[in-house]
Amino acid sequence: MAIAIALIVLAVGSVAFYLFSPWHLTPLASNWEAIDLTVSISFWVTGFVFVAVTLFMVIALIRFRYRGDRRSYYEPENKKLEAWLTGVTTVGIVALLAPGLFVWGSFVSVPEDAHEVEVVGQQWHWSFRFPGEDGTLGAARSGLVDDDNPFGIDPEDPRGQDDVLVESPRVMLPVDRPVKMSLRSKDVIHNFKVAPFRTKMDVVPGQTSYFWFTPTQTGEFEAVCAELCGIAHFAMRGKVEVVEQATFDEWLAEQPTFAELAGRSPGDPEAGAEQFAVCVTCHGGQGQGQLENNAPRLAGLDSDYLKRQLRNFRTGARGESEADPFGQQMRPFAVSLTDAQAIRDLAAFIETLPVEPTRKTIVGDAQRGARLYRTCASCHGAEGQGMPQFKAPRLAGMNDWYLVRQLQNFREGVRGRHPDDLYGNQMVDMAQILVDDAALRDVTAYIATLDGNSTVAAADGQSTEE
Amino acid sequence: MTVSLVFLALLMMGFGFWLFRQSLFVQPWVAESAGQLPALTVSRRFTAPRLGLVVFMAVVTSLFALMISAYLMRMAEAPQWELLPQPNLLWVNTGILLIGSLALQSAWEGARREHRGRLQGGLAVGALCTLAFLVGQYLVWRELLAAGYYLDTHPASAFFVIMSVLHALHLIGGLGVVALCLQRVARRTSLAQLVEWTGLCTLYWHFLYVVWLVLFGVLFVGAAPLYALCR
Amino acid sequence: MGEREYDASYQAPPAETGEMELVHAETFIGKYIWSQDAKVIAIQYMLTATAIGLVALALSIVMRLQLGFPDTFSLIDPAEYLQSVSMHGMIMVVYLLTAFFLGGFGNYLIPLMCGTRDMVFPYLNMLSFWFYLVSVLILAAGFFVPGGSTGAGWTLYPPQSISEGTPGVDGGIITMLVSLMVFIAGFTMGGLNYVVTVLQARTRGMTLMRLPLTIWGIFMATVMALLAFPALFVACLMLLFDRLLGTSFFMPEMLGVTQDVAREGGSPVLFQHLFWFFGHPEVYIVALPAFGIVSDLIATHARKNIFGYRMMVWALILIGVLSFVVWAHHMFVSGMNPYFGFLFATTTLIIAVPTAIKVYNWVLTLWRGNIRFTLPMLFAIGFLFTFLNGGLSGLFLGNVTVDVPLSDTYFVVGHFHMVMAVAPILVIFGAIYHWYPKITGRMLNVPLGQIHFWVTFLGTYLIYYPMHFIGLEGVPRRYYAYGETTFISDSVQSLNAFITIAAIVVALAQLLFLFNIVWSYYRGREAGDNPWHATTLEWQTAETPPPHGNFGKELPVVYRWPYDYCVPGVKADFIPQNVPPQAVERDS
Repeated sequence: MAIAIALIVLAVGSVAFYLFSPWHLTPLASNWEAIDLTVSISFWVTGFVFVAVTLFMVIALIRFRYRGDRRSYYEPENKKLEAWLTGVTTVGIVALLAPGLFVWGSFVSVPEDAHEVEVVGQQWHWSFRFPGEDGTLGAARSGLVDDDNPFGIDPEDPRGQDDVLVESPRVMLPVDRPVKMSLRSKDVIHNFKVAPFRTKMDVVPGQTSYFWFTPTQTGEFEAVCAELCGIAHFAMRGKVEVVEQATFDEWLAEQPTFAELAGRSPGDPEAGAEQFAVCVTCHGGQGQGQLENNAPRLAGLDSDYLKRQLRNFRTGARGESEADPFGQQMRPFAVSLTDAQAIRDLAAFIETLPVEPTRKTIVGDAQRGARLYRTCASCHGAEGQGMPQFKAPRLAGMNDWYLVRQLQNFREGVRGRHPDDLYGNQMVDMAQILVDDAALRDVTAYIATLDGNSTVAAADGQSTEE
Repeated sequence: MTVSLVFLALLMMGFGFWLFRQSLFVQPWVAESAGQLPALTVSRRFTAPRLGLVVFMAVVTSLFALMISAYLMRMAEAPQWELLPQPNLLWVNTGILLIGSLALQSAWEGARREHRGRLQGGLAVGALCTLAFLVGQYLVWRELLAAGYYLDTHPASAFFVIMSVLHALHLIGGLGVVALCLQRVARRTSLAQLVEWTGLCTLYWHFLYVVWLVLFGVLFVGAAPLYALCR
Repeated sequence: MGEREYDASYQAPPAETGEMELVHAETFIGKYIWSQDAKVIAIQYMLTATAIGLVALALSIVMRLQLGFPDTFSLIDPAEYLQSVSMHGMIMVVYLLTAFFLGGFGNYLIPLMCGTRDMVFPYLNMLSFWFYLVSVLILAAGFFVPGGSTGAGWTLYPPQSISEGTPGVDGGIITMLVSLMVFIAGFTMGGLNYVVTVLQARTRGMTLMRLPLTIWGIFMATVMALLAFPALFVACLMLLFDRLLGTSFFMPEMLGVTQDVAREGGSPVLFQHLFWFFGHPEVYIVALPAFGIVSDLIATHARKNIFGYRMMVWALILIGVLSFVVWAHHMFVSGMNPYFGFLFATTTLIIAVPTAIKVYNWVLTLWRGNIRFTLPMLFAIGFLFTFLNGGLSGLFLGNVTVDVPLSDTYFVVGHFHMVMAVAPILVIFGAIYHWYPKITGRMLNVPLGQIHFWVTFLGTYLIYYPMHFIGLEGVPRRYYAYGETTFISDSVQSLNAFITIAAIVVALAQLLFLFNIVWSYYRGREAGDNPWHATTLEWQTAETPPPHGNFGKELPVVYRWPYDYCVPGVKADFIPQNVPPQAVERDS
């Protein structure tokens, strides 16, 4: 008897949960009402069967519970009943399947007027490529990827020259225009998913896959990776901003093409030395960092990271928060660097500065920190040498007090929350691993023991020089 | 996956059909009528070891069918695919394994006709030929590696090694049983007992010979046309 | 035989039923360690599976603590989270469920229910267990190798599973692959035994259509496993080659930084095809024995013949055959040729028809029965409800369009835990409550069992039902933490905390069950030979627990199907299969 009551409560509760719980499909922001419709059909058909079978079972359990004076009815089979049930089930299945297949038909056929965007997945961030004026994407493969060609575009292919590259996990799309997302991975399998668009597809290395949709709502949507891709899978985020066509065109025009990037002159360290004179006051003559000025070490950081942070300071993606007073101090200096070439020169010069040991100012349990650092190592390297491919700066030899402060900032969202801080977002997620200040000091204490000179670091250094 | 699917579809259809036929016109709820002794359910034609071997061969066929499916799919999707040269030694190996298979057949005949010498000789020749085949396969690997067809650069070579290793492991397992039979013969146990065992060995060897022929066909002889077909 | 005069006391002469030689060991080690008795092997399988299953259960609690209270506990880091996910999944699916149903119940029940003294190849059977044990040990060794166990998910998708950036790429993935290959080799030995024993060693009168559905389920599952496991074997072997020898079966050209060797041309999707060619039948390899066992539990405890026996058998066969052509429904968004979606969605939904028929027939068996709410019956009802729910949510995921927004979310996690974890586990519990009296001669304690049932049944429903809705909102699975994701509402975190608490309570209830098993072994009520008044042969043995050789001097002869409950005109409410028509006492 108790079981019969339990089943009723569960069945009614399940239906009520479906009807009244706050958790449901996110508001749709694309043309795929049809997908939502198939989901609803599935809920109604299966919900009906669920309730009907459960109720029948409940009645059976109550009516035919054990009585000593009763015998059960002997009926080996009932062909007619079984045929009926099979028939009705088949009808129900067809009712589910037919709309599904119908919608799938439009899912796989991309409209003629769709414009193409390539999504490039990589451990653990997204980047994007637009076809440029000729309307076709140039050939590309992972083997061609290097520091100067992050998309692995074939330099010999004329179609690739005008491709517009968006090397950040933030992309704009025009509203009400169908878009075909071509998917390509540089390393492992990812999956580009934006929940309000409903569609998604795996991003598989060695081949391209695709899906299409028409964004119907303007606004900013979060893209996540939906296929397990390694330790930082959960932090692999991106942003899709759906805007009016005019805004989109403007934005796209600002992005560099492949040819422009390739034609850009490299940073000149000698010219950068002059620029560096301004920095010396706070960061020290050798860029070694000075605690009394709250200015961190610069020597040892890769130029990619330096350029990115200078741009963040300039645009206000970093150092804007009241909670980050030292970041605020840095902003005016960054704003004064307007010339892109000047920034490249400066970064190139800082790369030439020698890395010398820093003084320890933080006390922590390095052994405990070593365990915590395992997660960090997947991007920043086992020796804290930094890995530009992962957009992860060097940690070894950096001022420990600076690391602690930045980790706190990330954890509390003071740094990395700004939508334009492209990879800082990821650190906000990762910093959640450090649940308290002790953990933070421990991991910093461990980083202080690293020398950043692993064999991998040496190999990286060589490939950068080539 | 087409190859595996075709194989499994045939197998499962045959099996399903057999089961349906067994059950279609039976009314299971009707008890044996009074006075009747229920029938034996064990057929004498298929003894347990024989049935066991048949089931095992189905499993092995499934294994190799999947391997070949993987090979064809990998071939179809590769950006480039370099065909393997065909060492002449492979033909020699194929011949040697055939002799081994026939020798076991002869041993089985010997066991059935109670001819101890023929049984013993057949088993020994079969075992030796199989060993020679295994050595021959090893030499083919060496030859291919020496010619620069490394595992990491030539997927065709990797497929050859992985499939021939699997095939060789199955032969080595069989050799264990042949060794057991030889030991029994030496111990002068009655030949009647050995008829079934040598028969099963013969069947297994013929089976593995056919498997080898198919592998030889898809990896070497028919590789070029298959590649053209996959494209 | 027809000409022989019938005699009620006549029993078939043993020689005719293929009497086998049994290796009777005298020493303790021979009896309980190197045993060739299928029943001892069954218990060895069950104990080993339970031991490793408890490890997986502990892992799940660790994961739940992280998900439920991400800012409170720092038990695990992201690497350990993924390692727990992977090991939990693989252990539960392969090393617990498959081994428990086929190695455990298969070994115990096939010889007894078919009326034979033992499996046809007892030595091979023993080897099968030792291979299994070795595979479990290798698997467990993965926890201790440098770098820890693999964190690639139980699906082990390359390139991720053998690339830097995934935990356990040094040693864990190797132990996992080797362990699986050893498991498959061991399983093949056992599987040959189960199939040949069912086909070849049934006692006189035990026609195929008189087999209990338990045996049908285990038999079909074994046939499928024998044909599907080679796919996993091939996939593991090729992945191992890729990892150790630098071949490129599955490895495409990749970014230089994460790789030490240059790869080219491999196909990651090929691995997925092979994996799911095994992986989908695997679902039914676990489900079919559960289907079979639950049919017998319901019939016995509702005192009614199973409704539509023939339909049930055909549905099992049909599900078995069809399950080989649905595998790519796990790959709708995997980047394979999208036109496959049409085909595989159709085959997948077709398979729902025989499955639905099974559910109807179970429920119709209850109708006009005389239902005893014993513990096995409670678990069987729990299974029906859970399986109904999980099966219906499968219709979402099998229907290609509906799958697109739901795949890789918690909807999938909720679905497969309902249908493939909770439902079969409830059957395992029900089966243990049902057959424990035969295995040990004592009944399990009922009040403890009641608590165990209610906490497990209600608790698991509270864990997994809400998960579907988190998934509906788009929450991706295999995430260590969610941080602030814009499309995930804040209330999801409180729901996650609730689920974690429910999971802990359910896990604790399992300890109660283990206590019951041990306590009842010494203190339980004496059961007698046939406490449930069941018809099948295992309850008709002369001794309980049955000795090596199962039956007394002579094997039983079968005269009827196993569902003669409440036959009209018969005095008793059940007739065991081995009672000749003359011996049936009729109403006067």
